[in-house]
Amino acid sequence: MSPSVGTNVPRKDGISKVTGAAKYVDDLRFPGMLHGRTIRSTIARGRIKSIRFDFDTDGFTIVQAGDVPGERCNYVALIEDDQPFLAAHEINHQAEPILLLAHEDRDTLLAAKVVIEYERDIPVFDAESSPVVFKEIRIRKGDVDRAMETAEVIVEGTYRTGHQEHVYIETNGVIAVPEANGGMTVHGSLQCPYYVHKALKALLDLPEDKVRVVQSETGGGFGGKEEYPSVIAGHAALLARKAGRPVKMIYDREEDMVATTKRHPSVIRHRTGLTRDGRLVAMDIDVLMDGGAYVTLSPVVLSRGCIHAAGPYRCENVRTVGRAVMTNTPPNGAFRGFGAPQTQFAMEVHMERIAEALGMNPVHLREINALRPGDTTATGQRMGEDCSALEALRTAVERSDFHRKRAEYAGTNKGIGLALFYHGSGFTGSGEVHLKSKVSLEAREDAVHVLVASAEIGQGTRTMLSQIAADALGVPYEQIECEQPDTSQVPDSGPTVASRTCMVVGGILKQAAEEMRAKIGTMDPREYARLHGPLLVTRQYDKPHDITWDDTEYRGDAYAAYGWGCDVAEVELDPVTYEVRPLRVTVIHEIGKAIHPVMVTGQIEGGTAQGVGWALNEHVVMRDGVMANGQLTNYTIPTTLDTPRLDVVILENPSSYGPFGAKGVGEMPIDGPAPAVVNAIRHLGLDVRDIPAIPEAVMEVQCASR
Amino acid sequence: MRFTLNGRAAEVEAPPMKRLLDVLREECALTGSKEGCGEGECGACTVLVDGLPVVSCLVPFAQVRDAEVVTIEGLEGTHPLQKAFAELGGAQCGICTPGMIMAAVALGPNPSFEEIRHGLAGNLCRCTGYEAIYRAVEGAS
Repeated sequence: MSPSVGTNVPRKDGISKVTGAAKYVDDLRFPGMLHGRTIRSTIARGRIKSIRFDFDTDGFTIVQAGDVPGERCNYVALIEDDQPFLAAHEINHQAEPILLLAHEDRDTLLAAKVVIEYERDIPVFDAESSPVVFKEIRIRKGDVDRAMETAEVIVEGTYRTGHQEHVYIETNGVIAVPEANGGMTVHGSLQCPYYVHKALKALLDLPEDKVRVVQSETGGGFGGKEEYPSVIAGHAALLARKAGRPVKMIYDREEDMVATTKRHPSVIRHRTGLTRDGRLVAMDIDVLMDGGAYVTLSPVVLSRGCIHAAGPYRCENVRTVGRAVMTNTPPNGAFRGFGAPQTQFAMEVHMERIAEALGMNPVHLREINALRPGDTTATGQRMGEDCSALEALRTAVERSDFHRKRAEYAGTNKGIGLALFYHGSGFTGSGEVHLKSKVSLEAREDAVHVLVASAEIGQGTRTMLSQIAADALGVPYEQIECEQPDTSQVPDSGPTVASRTCMVVGGILKQAAEEMRAKIGTMDPREYARLHGPLLVTRQYDKPHDITWDDTEYRGDAYAAYGWGCDVAEVELDPVTYEVRPLRVTVIHEIGKAIHPVMVTGQIEGGTAQGVGWALNEHVVMRDGVMANGQLTNYTIPTTLDTPRLDVVILENPSSYGPFGAKGVGEMPIDGPAPAVVNAIRHLGLDVRDIPAIPEAVMEVQCASR
Repeated sequence: MRFTLNGRAAEVEAPPMKRLLDVLREECALTGSKEGCGEGECGACTVLVDGLPVVSCLVPFAQVRDAEVVTIEGLEGTHPLQKAFAELGGAQCGICTPGMIMAAVALGPNPSFEEIRHGLAGNLCRCTGYEAIYRAVEGAS
């Protein structure tokens, strides 16, 4: 039988998606269902003085903070219990949920007017002057101060990145259904069924088996449906419990953009010591991330950001100090790349400035310093044979004809720039050990069923996991079915985040399939089920013995494996409008093994386009602590006409830690485009260090340089 | 009000200013057309009215009186574009896919690359970076 891994088998969800048959949460209806709505604060900081209902409340279900079972239950269970489901008195950001309404008629619901009076306090909007630090991280390697004194050249710089909105085309939405036994079922658009499960147990004070979370078909996530669904699910569940009827909550685009999480804005400072011939001697890095009003996932975003802050480079003396701080703005959260795009943007634009300072070719500077097998990262992790930084760089340079074009574009309105980057697969440090992810595989008479909580959000989870199970079990791909995540049916295989679904969950699944094969011998698993009944095999994550990590000192193997990438961007500047048009991005990704090349290419192309948007188009305008342009009319993501042509090359240098050699791929594509684009703008002689590089910003740089 | 829906005569009672998108999804139980923005920017709700692509979130129901409306369900899963989108990676999360396919249907047979790029400029996709969509539209012709 020919293997399915490495081939483009038909997507399990392909037909349902192209026919419109796939059911997303807004396509579902339940008998007696009400519509729910959230009333939010219109100030950034202060206290609620009074609430008045300026409508006939007959027929409405109204939920306030006092309706939550106990005061301790009113916090979204995540890292810190600081974010209330509903503000009782204190307001810490605009659009903070205060009360909930439900009604069976949507128009009546939307017409209801609630008047809230506040006592205002002075908000903090500037992260650099925030008095509240959520998390500080320090990474130390060698002796930076001493090494800096020996440096022949020192280059310093500050780099800034803005908010980014996910713009999954399906907004956040859930339906909460109260059960006759006092339990609660929530159907929703989400990435992490067990995160929502945990939050609902705490909020409703219910035991494990009385809460059920079912992922409906999900129209994109990108991290935006990692932690936020716990909030909206909690709201719908509170309304449903009080009304005793199902409640659907679907955000419209503006509410989704204004109220839900975004990528953390960052300010990153580099001070780098080098020899005159371009070798990195000392790297002193300061990372600041704006967490917004509550902790949510900021400590972990900061962690990944700091670990990736020194880029894919060898240097014996590195000091990275990172802080995530509070501002009175809606909480920032998970977004593809999770802190690494911000810090690698800074590193790669800084590398370009170092090359400029030394008068050195940017490729040569990176070649000298790129990590090679045997080198160590800033956390002291020794690189194995699957370290492919140089190969990615050289392939990108050759494929894009970088050197020739760099000379050819000089002095024209075209520019070319590159960025070298890497991305750790799976949870950071000991994260996977704490998660203890479980995966089940069940042989039944009809097929072998994969039972995982990993969500299909477009990236191809169902298909990819089915391929891994099929080949590990030695059965045709068509005989594998991947179940929809439903916490009453599937074990907790962890969240669908951190480029971990293929490498980590897929790895556990492969072990489960091998165990099943060992149990049934050479028999067809379906035949085995017919003769002996269903056979269930469950496996749990087992840490590879040679991976070690020290959480307090931030030393050791931060990730079991890294993917490696190099992007070359070509841009054209409109001399009249200052608009930078991206023409082409050559994208080289080394990811171990492409389980399904078409889907992998799709991840790389999509992430690259999202990164180009972050660099050039996507400008979140904050006014009084809230997004002022919360519409697709004026927050513009790339259309076909804004997206450059993408030329993707996949390299395969297998990792021994991933199934069939695979490493993670979902996030890495967004690490490289922004610095590659900005470095291409720098090739035009414009000293751009911040994104988004919208025309107004490019014009200011141009005017300042005159 | 009478109109033709996916090749069949239809008679639906609904307020004339109700959005065509809501009439299709709520009165006709055709949930293949999606709402992504409600302001005509994303194109997820694209359907054909008398052969032309429209964003059904901006079209009042009254406007389709006696018109021919075709939704993704009207392609019955047999259109070459549907097969090509499924095979060539044109659909990832799938939420933009019905609207994208309807916009691609409106391009007619054998569109040039520039026709595809301009013709789909009103349909946002956040997953693919559009390259796989181009491959699908080109692969279907």
